[in-house]
Amino acid sequence: MRTGWLDRNIKWAFTLPAVLFVLIMMAFPIAYTFRTSFYNWSMSAANPSTWVGLDNYRILLSEQRFWNAVGSTFYFTGLALALETVLGTAIALVLYRNFAGKNVAKTLFLLPMVATPVAMGLVWLLIYEPSIGGANAFLQLLGLKPVDWLGNPKNVIPSLAIVDIWQWTPMISLIVMAGLSTLPHEPYEAADVDGATGWQKLTQITLPLVRPTIMVAVMLRLIDVLKTFDIIYSTTQGGPGNASETLNIYSYVQGFQYFKLGMASSLLVMFFMLVMGLTLIFIWMRKRLGVQ
Amino acid sequence: MEQQAKSSKTITVLAWLIVLAFSMPFIWMILASFKTQAQIMSPAQTFIFKPTLKNYSAVFEQYNFIKYITNSLIVAIGSTLGSLLLGLPAAYAIARYRLQGLGLLLLVARIIPAITFLIPWFILFSQMKLIDTYIALILSHMLVGMPFIAWIMISFFDALPLEIEEAALIDGCSKLKVFLNIVLPVSGPGIITASLLSVIFSWNNFMFSLILAGEKTKTLPVAVFNFISYSDVNWGGLMAAACIITLPVLVISLVAQRYIVSGLAAGAVKG
Repeated sequence: MRTGWLDRNIKWAFTLPAVLFVLIMMAFPIAYTFRTSFYNWSMSAANPSTWVGLDNYRILLSEQRFWNAVGSTFYFTGLALALETVLGTAIALVLYRNFAGKNVAKTLFLLPMVATPVAMGLVWLLIYEPSIGGANAFLQLLGLKPVDWLGNPKNVIPSLAIVDIWQWTPMISLIVMAGLSTLPHEPYEAADVDGATGWQKLTQITLPLVRPTIMVAVMLRLIDVLKTFDIIYSTTQGGPGNASETLNIYSYVQGFQYFKLGMASSLLVMFFMLVMGLTLIFIWMRKRLGVQ
Repeated sequence: MEQQAKSSKTITVLAWLIVLAFSMPFIWMILASFKTQAQIMSPAQTFIFKPTLKNYSAVFEQYNFIKYITNSLIVAIGSTLGSLLLGLPAAYAIARYRLQGLGLLLLVARIIPAITFLIPWFILFSQMKLIDTYIALILSHMLVGMPFIAWIMISFFDALPLEIEEAALIDGCSKLKVFLNIVLPVSGPGIITASLLSVIFSWNNFMFSLILAGEKTKTLPVAVFNFISYSDVNWGGLMAAACIITLPVLVISLVAQRYIVSGLAAGAVKG
């Protein structure tokens, strides 16, 4: 009779373990982090945690370093996302065409997104090395002056954005290519009859039709670029100074280098709300653009 | 006709130039892994040099990488099996009974910054004396793997025709049996896709291991930092280690490209 019970309740019996796992491993930690954000706690027996209300938030919001992290997060995200979108769409339009060795080329092109980010961060550390790295060797080949890629506070965010662009442009291309493969033939046939040029077909048929797909790709990247951790940690750890310290890196430093768990928690609450807020704004914008 | 052939030649050249540009960091990594420190320093020996295997032997002998490879494998396979165990039935129920709300819950895992979970886990696992154990690492990696596997499988199960299942139910088969004996066997391609990517995500994961692993359970992405000391960097060894970490993933992706590409596309578009 056990199977009879299971059969009647299979809907819940099948989902319950996964839901419990998610609740215990996710919902509980979120609630706990939220609670910790109102405490002063440094994980030592000598200093038990004390309720400080909104103090952690107040301190952070008045701190130069916090706003610097906000700025770095936006700068890095905006730069990487804009270039990935343009480049990813352009490359998708090329790789979508038929050419010799298309399948092999497409797979090779997708490899950066499955390569271990930390390992690749360290490879880029060598590439960016001012005297022996490949990046400056390439500039020299073009007759340009060498650049201090990661050591100069002015260059470090664009340099890191290049790594992200290298690793994740393929994802935008992959999604856009999937979108391109679903486009209807009729508009192109009609355009051919009207004698449209290739450029006109691209800007007036292809791009408007794949725009919804591009928007999905951009939203997914937005969520992930904001949270970039591995490549920054493995190359600069937020430096030089705090020049490449994004909110994610700063939270890590507060939590696991200073062990200020209360402060780190309030930082994370704000960071989480920022990611959530930007995602919702993006979904709302997409809906509005979709209606027009 | 002639113009078309010319344009396709241009496309071929352009496409392969793009691929070459994106492959440069891999080429650089592989070349440097076969160089001595002196060869890495010398611009004259960028592409032409006498290769050495010393870096690779150092990685295994001095830096004890067999242990870290084993750790990474245990965590990747363990967390993927756990994720399949929880994720497959959940995905099936969500697909068949249209439990969209639960599907959304799985998505939240993707939006929240992972460190948000790490502070409570770190505290909890410390109190339970689970820091530096495989259990802590496997559980944390499952948080990435399980929602991903469920998400891929929901759309896979959705696309399966219902007729066979209904016929089996009419014949008196229990729903559990239908799932185990009929649905799972035809879901091979979906399960392979989801599992491969779950293994890769776990293999690549850095942050969870950085905080929850110790000397005993350190995985490869954390162990690779052993090559960087305060005074200098052992570039050749570092690149050999980077190759050892990355190449399995790259080879799997090339061999199983059909699964990997469809999984990445499905995970990206739906996730």
